[in-house]
Amino acid sequence: MPDLIQPQGAKHSRIMSLGAARGDTVVPNDDLVGPIDSSDEWIRQRTGIIERRRSSKNEQAVDLAETASKEAIEKAGIEPSQIGAVIVSTISNSVQTPSLASLLADRIGATPAPAYDVSAACAGYTYGIAQADALIRSGLADYVLVVGAEKLSDFANPTDRSISFLLGDGAGAAVVGPSDTVGIAPTVWGSDGSKWGAVGMDRTIKDAFDADDKIFPTLRQDGQTVFRWAVWEMAKVAQEAVDAAGITPADLTAFVPHQANMRIIDEFAKQLGLPESVLIARDIQTSGNTSAASIPLAMHRLLDEHPEARGGLALEIGFGAGLVYGAQVVVMP
Amino acid sequence: MAHSKEDILTGLADLINEETGISTDQVELGKSFTDDLDIDSISMMTIVVNAEEKFDVKIPDDEVKNLQTVQDAVDFIASNQ
Repeated sequence: MPDLIQPQGAKHSRIMSLGAARGDTVVPNDDLVGPIDSSDEWIRQRTGIIERRRSSKNEQAVDLAETASKEAIEKAGIEPSQIGAVIVSTISNSVQTPSLASLLADRIGATPAPAYDVSAACAGYTYGIAQADALIRSGLADYVLVVGAEKLSDFANPTDRSISFLLGDGAGAAVVGPSDTVGIAPTVWGSDGSKWGAVGMDRTIKDAFDADDKIFPTLRQDGQTVFRWAVWEMAKVAQEAVDAAGITPADLTAFVPHQANMRIIDEFAKQLGLPESVLIARDIQTSGNTSAASIPLAMHRLLDEHPEARGGLALEIGFGAGLVYGAQVVVMP
Repeated sequence: MAHSKEDILTGLADLINEETGISTDQVELGKSFTDDLDIDSISMMTIVVNAEEKFDVKIPDDEVKNLQTVQDAVDFIASNQ
């Protein structure tokens, strides 16, 4: 039997560039407080959110993904035809099939690149980065486009007090490519399906269709359960990712956690014992919680505001419905 | 070593003060965490996790919902340590 060919890819990979797109409409807290009998102050105190960006009716997740992707591709200085895979993390594709990724690949001129969606909620972007790193180092792709794209406002119930008012729409994109030095340290990732019901959709599409009220499925969460897990369990995962990278928290330039809630971000930073020199991404204040899009959006903003941080190390960690999580230390583009 | 209920109340008051700034003498057995002390769900969970460590006790997520008053919390910790 002849030996089969198995390619070897680049020795290392790195994030070459980022792109960002936020929903076209600014939605301040005051626009949402009526149906939940709340106030601007209540939302600010509990979440740190002042306003979020949402898409108008005609702007879809794929439109946001296209804008973010085109920016990232241009900044990477590559041609769309060089992209060897398109990975989109999303929980808000408007149909169950086909994927958002294949449509996006065509819109940006990456056809016939393999394209697929990842369903890992708020951890999705970190899953995508892990896969891109593996694809490049195994020789399956030279460049990979990783996108987190969400139109969560389609899955928000105005009367829900558990999560809906946090949600925003946006897309963040990264071009991952070959590198002479390590740009993406080992990903620490996993799942805990024993908490499958802690956050997610409140009913199936079929149940909604069969019910008399015909209320579309929307997101819900058990806030306390998610908060405890997101801070104290995820602090351990974040520390593992730092250890796996062979660094200490003092080596970090930035901490870019999933933008779930400012209180989670603050408590998380406290638990990690980050030095004051570490920049902490707080994009949630004006973008809201955009699930898979939140990490690349937050890093994009952080680098706009702190260009001196480019080339520094960032700890990024995503966590959410599943429950699932992923963390990795990366060199910022 | 098991903590007395007096110790637990004092320790709990310190944790509440640390998280919320509420003065320790405001933390009385009959008070409700939400209605009297105005502690929100996220602060409550932070206090719970810190209490677990301080009193070496496990307070499951499902149990937190049953801890309506300071008395409830003191009793739970006292009987589960």
